Amino acid sequence: MTDSPLRTTLPNGALLSRLRAWYSADTPNPAKRVQFDRPLTPWLFLLPQLAVVVIFFYWPSVQAVTSSFYIEDPFGFGSTFVGTENYTDALTSSQYASTAMFTAFFCVMVTGLSLGIGLLLAVKADKVIRGAATYKTLLISVYAIAPPVAGLIGMMFFDMHIGPLTDLAAFFGHDLRVGINYWDTAFALITISVWKQIPYNFIFFLSGLQSVPVSVREAALIDAQSGWRRFCDVTLPLLAPTAFFLLVINITYAMFDTFPIIDVVVKDKPANNPITLVYKVYLDGFKGNDIGGSSAQSVILMVVVAALTVLQFRFLERRVHYG
Amino acid sequence: MMKTAATTIALTLTASSVMAQTNISWWHGMGGRNGEVINEISQMFNEAQSECVLTPVSRGTYEEALSSGIAAFRSGEQPNILQVFDAGAATIIAAKGATIPAEDLITGAGEEFNRDAFIAGVRNFYADSDGKFVGMPFNSSAPIMYYNTEAFEKAGVAPPKTWEEFEAIAPALKEAGYTPMTASQLTWMMVENFKSRNNQQFATNNNGYDAIEGTEIIVTDENQVMMFEKLKDWADKGLFGFYGAGWADNLKPFEEGQSAMWIGSSGSFGGLQKSTGFEFSAVPMPYWDAIEGAGTQSFIGGAALFAMSGKSEEENTCTAQFFTFLTSPETQVFYHKATGYVPITEAAYELAKSQGYYDEQPVAEVGIQQLMLKGGEWSKGYRMGFYPQIRTVMEREFNRIFSGEVSVKDGFQIIEDEGNQLLARFAKTSG
Repeated sequence: MTDSPLRTTLPNGALLSRLRAWYSADTPNPAKRVQFDRPLTPWLFLLPQLAVVVIFFYWPSVQAVTSSFYIEDPFGFGSTFVGTENYTDALTSSQYASTAMFTAFFCVMVTGLSLGIGLLLAVKADKVIRGAATYKTLLISVYAIAPPVAGLIGMMFFDMHIGPLTDLAAFFGHDLRVGINYWDTAFALITISVWKQIPYNFIFFLSGLQSVPVSVREAALIDAQSGWRRFCDVTLPLLAPTAFFLLVINITYAMFDTFPIIDVVVKDKPANNPITLVYKVYLDGFKGNDIGGSSAQSVILMVVVAALTVLQFRFLERRVHYG
Repeated sequence: MMKTAATTIALTLTASSVMAQTNISWWHGMGGRNGEVINEISQMFNEAQSECVLTPVSRGTYEEALSSGIAAFRSGEQPNILQVFDAGAATIIAAKGATIPAEDLITGAGEEFNRDAFIAGVRNFYADSDGKFVGMPFNSSAPIMYYNTEAFEKAGVAPPKTWEEFEAIAPALKEAGYTPMTASQLTWMMVENFKSRNNQQFATNNNGYDAIEGTEIIVTDENQVMMFEKLKDWADKGLFGFYGAGWADNLKPFEEGQSAMWIGSSGSFGGLQKSTGFEFSAVPMPYWDAIEGAGTQSFIGGAALFAMSGKSEEENTCTAQFFTFLTSPETQVFYHKATGYVPITEAAYELAKSQGYYDEQPVAEVGIQQLMLKGGEWSKGYRMGFYPQIRTVMEREFNRIFSGEVSVKDGFQIIEDEGNQLLARFAKTSG
């Protein structure tokens, strides 16, 4: 592994081209053909996975799309077809717009900070020689904490009556009021969510760093004296596949998996505190029993996430080099 | 969970081994001690007769119990009995066909039912506009004002009956080193029960009882706005502490002896006895002397039990028997003492009184006394669809009002506008 493998760029994105190769019939792969003598056998193996996807994704999605065009009695007795009213109601509501804005801000902050800090810690941990195992274990252990528990621990620190972080802020002259002040709550949400996600990024970055071949590092050492330049020119490009994967995962995390943390921090009464779009779907659907409105919001969310994923693969993955 | 599962299995086993008993299920939204008491009551019912076996199942919080009940109903797996909280009443009552009105169920099973046996404050909240009981009132509470006895002695003042009196004594309490008052769940205390205690109309269409179509919420009236302008003013002067929408955040200063008064639920009594290390007592929730006709009873809070439809006749008979069992004075007094919720029948109240319970625990009587005060035109109850969402809007605006982001008047205008949009949406659900 000297220079050529690093230059292998896949023009339309690695995944897409792989998919194409898998699809295209004009590039037969006889070695793979002979594995199944009957055409149905591979489908049989795929069935469990397909069943899961259909039952837990496609079927509910279709239901969500259908109910998003109705305003429905929660018990299912009556419903009024309202066309796209649920969508226009959501999209024109100033409340929905501010929730969407916060969600975007929250995603950028959580993804950026947890990737940044995770990478920094991984780079530093990679260099530790003595006590490396202890150090790594300590950093990774937070990952074992379930999100609601992370939320609870966080809220003990941020509690407006007894929280040590509230006292610390008071020491610096800031009256930290998580649960009352919008930005104070946002700060708590981001801090807890980032804290929870750092270990995950750390693990991946660390293993990514450790797979950078020694020969490459040594070659780089001859070329450049500055550690920062070696990091930018050699290590970072080699980490790109890991980073890209983590970016996708972290955005999903910030958008969806932070739900329990938000629920704990706002004590299931959001009032004027910041929430994300997925929390609003839950709030309107499960607490408010507004099935139509909530479905429309979840369809919007689905479209946004799909678009975001396509964008990521289209524009970002081009720059990623798979070794 | 394990315990419930074990009990369920045990109950099922005994049920099948004895004879053809009828099993009925009860989904509820109570946790902690209150959840244990539900298990005890079910056991008492199972031991008191031999035909029916009742199994209680906890489904999380009130809101979670309602939404899992709804999901279960849609897939035909509903329980026989579902506990629904005050704010969810409109949702389940509007879904005619989802439930059998409690009164029909009981009389249909050949049991007696007498509306007048219930205390006045309980009679209408879960009933239809003709006064027929749709839900069976179960755990009923009233918002009352707890106070720290020592704080009042130190300040040399008496607990207030009216908000005017509160204004007069609050500075003395502040002087004595206390935050005079905190209150949990302002939606329940300062809007819903501001309306009931001061006999103010809350919604058009007879507070929403007469029709779903065209019901509009009324919160921008002069008096409602005045209440919050006062609260905001008190908060600015340090006479009232606002700690957001969380129940416990507003209770904590009282438990720690920092605030002299706390408006909470009469059902909080049991918990307060454990969490406070000082002597406390309670008075009814204050009203405004200046408002004509004020001083009426408060709305009943808490939750009611609904008999779900689609069940066999034997099961419905068992549910009816359980409802009758629940309202018996003995069961009511047991529940009252074990939880702090108020007894819902006059007979139960008399029984508790004759046992000398209120001589030992005068605080336990405040809630029921408040529910037995004279009723007014607007103190019977309210019926608004998507009400849990309207409460969410209120909570949001309250935070903005107390942080000074919006004026009281504008904040309540937003609540009224968004509330009316939600009510209009709700009207379409039954279409």
